[in-house]
Amino acid sequence: MRGFLLNRLSQSLVLLLIVSVIGFVVLNLLPGGPLAQFGLDPSMTQDDLNRLKEQLGLNRPLWVQYLDWAWRLVQGDWGHSFRDGAPVLDVIGRHLVATLLLMGSSTVIAIAVGTWIGIHGATHRYSAFDYLATVGAMVALSIPTFWFGLVGIYVFSLRLGWLPAGNMYTIGDGSVLNYLHHLIMPSIVLALVHVAIWSRYMRSATLDVISQEFVKTARAKGLSERRILMKHVVGNALLPMITLAGMQLPSVLTGALVTETVFTWPGMGRLFLDSLGYSDYPVVMGLLMFSAILVVLCNLIADIVVAIIDPRIRLS
Amino acid sequence: MAKDPTTASTYSRRDALRLMAAGGIACFAAPNLLGKPAFADTANPTGRVVVGLSQEPTVFNPLMAHIEVDDAVHFSVFDALFRMDPKGVLQPNLAAEVPTQKNGGISEDGLNWRIRLRDDVRWHDGEPFTAEDVKFTLELITNPNFRAWRTGGHSLVRDITVVSPTELTWRMEEAFAPYLSFLAETFMVPKHILEKEADPNTAAFNQAPVGTGAFKWAQRVAGDHLELVANPQYFGDGPYIERLVFKYIPDMTVLYTQFKSGDIDLVDQAYITADHYEEARTLPGRVVTLEPGASVESIFLNLEKPQFKDPAVRQALYAAMDRGAIIDAIYYGVGTLTETFMPKESYYHNPNLPAQEFNLDRARQILDDAGWVPGPDGIRAKDGVRLSFANSTTSGNNLREQVQQFLQQTFAEIGVEMTISNMPAAVMWGEFWLKSQFDSAIAGVTYLIAADPDATNRLHTSAIGAKGGKGSNTGQYSNPEVDALLEKGARTFDPEARREIYYRVQEIVREDLPFLPLFAYTNVIGRKEGLEGFEPNANTRTASWHAAAWRWQS
Repeated sequence: MRGFLLNRLSQSLVLLLIVSVIGFVVLNLLPGGPLAQFGLDPSMTQDDLNRLKEQLGLNRPLWVQYLDWAWRLVQGDWGHSFRDGAPVLDVIGRHLVATLLLMGSSTVIAIAVGTWIGIHGATHRYSAFDYLATVGAMVALSIPTFWFGLVGIYVFSLRLGWLPAGNMYTIGDGSVLNYLHHLIMPSIVLALVHVAIWSRYMRSATLDVISQEFVKTARAKGLSERRILMKHVVGNALLPMITLAGMQLPSVLTGALVTETVFTWPGMGRLFLDSLGYSDYPVVMGLLMFSAILVVLCNLIADIVVAIIDPRIRLS
Repeated sequence: MAKDPTTASTYSRRDALRLMAAGGIACFAAPNLLGKPAFADTANPTGRVVVGLSQEPTVFNPLMAHIEVDDAVHFSVFDALFRMDPKGVLQPNLAAEVPTQKNGGISEDGLNWRIRLRDDVRWHDGEPFTAEDVKFTLELITNPNFRAWRTGGHSLVRDITVVSPTELTWRMEEAFAPYLSFLAETFMVPKHILEKEADPNTAAFNQAPVGTGAFKWAQRVAGDHLELVANPQYFGDGPYIERLVFKYIPDMTVLYTQFKSGDIDLVDQAYITADHYEEARTLPGRVVTLEPGASVESIFLNLEKPQFKDPAVRQALYAAMDRGAIIDAIYYGVGTLTETFMPKESYYHNPNLPAQEFNLDRARQILDDAGWVPGPDGIRAKDGVRLSFANSTTSGNNLREQVQQFLQQTFAEIGVEMTISNMPAAVMWGEFWLKSQFDSAIAGVTYLIAADPDATNRLHTSAIGAKGGKGSNTGQYSNPEVDALLEKGARTFDPEARREIYYRVQEIVREDLPFLPLFAYTNVIGRKEGLEGFEPNANTRTASWHAAAWRWQS
C-alpha cells in the first residue's frame, strides 16, 4: 500500500510539473495579455501601459516569470489576481462555495436518478421504459445545456413565474429556502446530462453483472429476483461507477461554465472564463493547478476505494 | 537631575494663546471641519436599487488601473474635486468652486492653481476631509511604485502646498487646460488610512474602500454582486435609497432577461443590446430610453498601409458606406449618424461638417480619377498595390460581424477587396491594436476624457504607439496642422477660444478621414417604472454616475 502510494504520488508530481509548464507557456504565448483591457481607453498612454507592465513583472523573460511563480507556489503563495489584487487562493475560495452548492446538488440528483434509471432499464430490457430512457439519454446528451437553461427560464420564470430566472439568492433574502428555490432549476438542468451518462453506464454495468455465473447460481438457489438484484447485482455493478464518480468529482469543484453563465451563478466555471478574458494569468494558472491537483487526487482516491471494496484488486 | 517626562512641560502661556488663536481662525475659515451641522442628514433613505452590469467591477481603489465598469462603484463611493454635469459643464464637488482664470483660481499663464475645498465633508469613517487628502491623492498617483491608472496631467503637477485645511495650491510644469476635466475623474482617497500602508497596491482599503461619497461600502460577493449602503452624513443632496446593489451578469441576453423578469431595476453597462430595443420599449412597468453615448463606432484605417496612404481611397471607401442602412437594418435604428469624433452633446461639437453621401458611382469615379485601375480579378490596383485589406474586430460580436459582411459586399462593388479577420477581445485590443498591427479595424472609441475636447491621445503625431509615441493614435494619423492646433488647445483655458480651435480640428479630420465614422453610440437604458432621479450623462462612462439622486416613487 505504501509503495503504491509513493509511486503514484511521485508520478503525480511529475504530471503537475508538466501541466504547470505547458499551462504557463501557452498562456503567456497568447497575444494580447492582461493590459489589452485598456486598449480602448484613450486616457491610458503607452507610457502608462509600460509602467504597469513593469510593476506587474510582465516585462521579465518568461522563464524568470515561471520560476518565480513556481517557487512561490511551492511555498504556498499562489500569487495575486491582476484584476482585483486579491490572493489567488482567496479568489478561488470565494467562488468554490457557490460551485459546490450547485455541482453538489446536481451530482446527487444525477447519481440517484441515473443509477435508478440504469438499473431499472437493465432489469427491464427492451421494455417501453428502457426505450424511453435510451431516447431520453440521447436527447439530453445531444442538446446543449444552455438550450435547456434558456427554455427553463422562459417557461418556468418568464411564463409561469414559478422559479427565479437566475442568481444564487435574492439579494436581501439569505434564507435557506430562498437558496433552495434558486437552486432547483440550475441543478436540474445541469443534472440532465449527467443523468444520461450515469444511466447509460449503470445500464451496461448492470447487464454485465446479470450475465455473470454467480447470478445464475443465485437464481438456481431459488433466491427472489429482488434479493438477487439488491444483494448481488447492484453492489457489483456500482464498482466501476466509483471510478466514474472519481473522474467526475473534479468537475464538481471546477464548475460548469455554461450553466453558471445562463443562471448567473458565481461559481468557478465563470471565474475561469472571466479570468481568461482578462488574461488574469495568476488566477488562470491557479485554477489550472487547482483542477490538475483535484484530478490527480480524485483518481488516486477512486483507486484506493475500489481496492478496499473489491478484494480481488491488490494495491501492491 | 533628569526631567520627569510625565510632568515636565515645555508648553508656555504664549503657546497656549497661539493655539487658541489658530483654533479660532480655523473655526472661522472652516466652521464645519470641527463638527457636522445637524441639519445635513435630513434624507431618510429607503428601498434598494439593483443595477445590472455585464462586466464585474473588481478595482475599488479608484486611483488604480481599472476599466469603465468600475466607475459605477467609484462614482457612488467617492467624490472628485469637480463633477462633469450632463451638459458637459464642470461643477464643484469636493471643491468649493471650479478654478478659472477669471476667479483667480488659475493664473493667467495657466501655471499656478489654487483649489478651495468644502469644509463640511467627512470620510465614511467620520474623519474630516481636508486639503492634506488632496495632496496625498495627487502624490500617490505619481508614486512610481503605485499601480496608478493614468498619470497624464498629474505628472505635470509640482510643489503641492497645503495652505489651510480647505485650501491648497500647486504649480504646473506646463499649461494644460484639460487637467480640470481629468480632475473630474480623479477620486480623492483618504490619507489617514492609506499613508499607514506599506504597499498601497495590496492595501486592505482596496477591497473595502472608504470614501466621501453618497454610499458606503457594505459587502462584495465575488463573481456575483456588491452592495453599498446609504451614507447619511453625505454632504450633498441625497442619498434617498438605502441600498445600492451592482449585480454582475456576464451574458447580455441573460442581463436583458433579468431586467424583464424584474430581478434588476436598471441596466447600466453594456446596456440593452440594439436587437432587444423594440421589445424592451413595450415591456409593461419598464421605462426604456435611448441616450446618447460618448463613443463613436468607426472603421479605423492603419494609415501606414500603402492602400490607405492615398486620400482618394479613404474618400471612396467612405462614399461606399451605406451608413443609414447599417444603422436601420443591423442596429435596429439605434445609433446616430455623425461626421466627427466629438459627441453631439459636447459644447465643442462642430455641426457644420459636410455630410457623407452614400454613392457607389461617385466612389468608383474617385478611384478611377486617382488611377486605381481594376485588375483581371476585378480588384483595383495602383503602382503594384492591390486595393485589398483585412478588417478586424472582436469575435463574437454578431452585430459588428454583420456590418463587416455588409461592407465586404459593397466594397466589392467598387473593386475593393475586404477580408474579415476577427479575434478575441484580449487579443484584439492588445499589441495588435496598440501597436497598429491591423489593416483596418472596427472599434467604438471615446476620444475625450471627462468631456474635455482635447483629443491629443488619439490624433497627435506624438501619440503613435507604434512609432514610440505616448498615446493611443493607433491609426497612425499625422497632420502637422492638427498637431499644432491640439497643442494650442491644451494650453488655452477660455472655452470660446478653444471652441474655435477644436472646430478647425474637426474640419481637418473630416477632410483627411483617418477613420471612417459609422455612427455615434446610443445607449439603450432600461429602468423600472417608479425609479426617479435618474439622469443620463454622456460625459461620464457610467449610467450610475449620480445614484445619490435616485429614489423610489412613494
